[in-house]
Amino acid sequence: MNEIRVQSPGLLTTVQDLGREGFGPLGVSASGAADPISLRLGNLLVGNPQGAAALEMTLLGGTFLFPQSALIALTGSDFGAALDGQGVASATATNVSPGQTLHVGSTRSGARCYLCVRGGIVVKPFLGSASTHLLTGLGGYEGRALRKGDVLRIGPPVAPLPENRPTATAIEQLAPRKLLRVTPGPQNDSFPQPALHAFYTSTYRVAEDSNRMGLRLEGHPIMREAGGEMITEGVSLGAIQITVGGLPIILFVEQQTTGGYAKIANVISADLHSVGQLRPRDEIRFEPVDWETARSLLLAQEKLLGSEDTLFK
Amino acid sequence: MSAAPAEPVQFKRASDRSLLIYFGHKITRQAHEDVRRLLCLLELEPIPGVRNLHPAYCSLLVTFDPLQSHHDRLEKILLQYIGRLDKVALPEPREVEIPVCYGGDYGPDLIDVSSLHGMTPEQVIALHSSSSYLVYFLGFVPGFAYLGGLPEALVTPRLATPRRKVPFGSVGIAGNQTGVYPVSTPGGWRLLGRTPISIFRPERKDLSLLAIGDSVRFAPISPTQFAALERA
Repeated sequence: MNEIRVQSPGLLTTVQDLGREGFGPLGVSASGAADPISLRLGNLLVGNPQGAAALEMTLLGGTFLFPQSALIALTGSDFGAALDGQGVASATATNVSPGQTLHVGSTRSGARCYLCVRGGIVVKPFLGSASTHLLTGLGGYEGRALRKGDVLRIGPPVAPLPENRPTATAIEQLAPRKLLRVTPGPQNDSFPQPALHAFYTSTYRVAEDSNRMGLRLEGHPIMREAGGEMITEGVSLGAIQITVGGLPIILFVEQQTTGGYAKIANVISADLHSVGQLRPRDEIRFEPVDWETARSLLLAQEKLLGSEDTLFK
Repeated sequence: MSAAPAEPVQFKRASDRSLLIYFGHKITRQAHEDVRRLLCLLELEPIPGVRNLHPAYCSLLVTFDPLQSHHDRLEKILLQYIGRLDKVALPEPREVEIPVCYGGDYGPDLIDVSSLHGMTPEQVIALHSSSSYLVYFLGFVPGFAYLGGLPEALVTPRLATPRRKVPFGSVGIAGNQTGVYPVSTPGGWRLLGRTPISIFRPERKDLSLLAIGDSVRFAPISPTQFAALERA
């Protein structure tokens, strides 16, 4: 079987696919790629099923040796990659010759870059998914971030290669945003009008201690008459909970499955991938949209990703 | 068997792909059983497009694929399910015994908890291990059971400063709750002891030792028994 040898892992590189949904009753969150749109796009470029496993790199990429030939694509944020010193373009399928080394640098835009390889990364699935769940040490490559010396196996190709490249328009439409669109959270009504006004007009900064479990935000505190805590209930992906101190936390892919803080809003499905590209110190704002808008934005996004006619030219 | 939900259910949209169903807004056994019945029915007869279920004290969060379903359609179907809850028979609760080595390195907060309540460590152990606890649901992290039924005399506030790392298997109390850490995580619960048995077992088919609705007891063991069980 073909391999990728990890010569340096980068800051935090994990194996991810589209996650394992359906284990809420056991307290297991879905995990999966923080920017699933980039993962899907990368897989499409190398002729993989959209949910094939790939490497998710965070802020600083790694160095990888390919003993055999391979076809790769780098998607998501531009980390300035080079193959034996030659620059590699983002969102383009690139041939790798046996013995070549791919060096992925540090980010020039967002938080995450994906390395997709034709055939996909093969690991032992946990609950039907290859994705790494870092907190519990489950899934992915031995349940952890990659280290120097790790050897990843590449699977056999299963689908034909696409004939064309994604259009600039398509890439632009799928690009991450800093103005996150949200629908009202289940406790939206428990926040007084001035608090809601402050939430929707303030700029928030992503805190340093943000990760795949959640993004802590700094900025205008949001106060609620009834206090912060309530009876613990299930929490959805992208929920924005307000802690006792009034600061928002966006619950993310490795989130706790239940929680006791009030949720003021929830990031819409079409913007969840944007959350995965936020870096510490990035500044974001929230824009309320209605349910119909949330739905039509997602449908448009899926239409773009689901059809080679619109995506590739 | 019991009657239909005591209180009218309430639906609340949680996100563009999820819906919360509330059986009242109090932690009661009736609400717990309603949640369990609906969970049971949804697992037996899955609704197309539904992707995940998150039971809690008196609510169930239903996550769906927004390309396949939407809130209004789901609410209509769920109302039919809820109308049938009185016909869902819940299995008899399983009795699960968890061996715990109390005190020492296993339960570094036992002494403090004892003095807070003016008891001896032996009295705290006797009280904690004499009660039967209900698993309201699993959540937070894989296999973590929200246990109800802590004796009033043991209700203790959580630590002012959480520990950076609580070893897996630690048995703690916080407020009127008690629980076992399935994995090593940061945590602010007061640790009374530790169990040598695995709570979350990814290598087994039944991943979690505990399930919603179980009845749990803690059985005190010695450090020697702890070591023997740990090796087993």
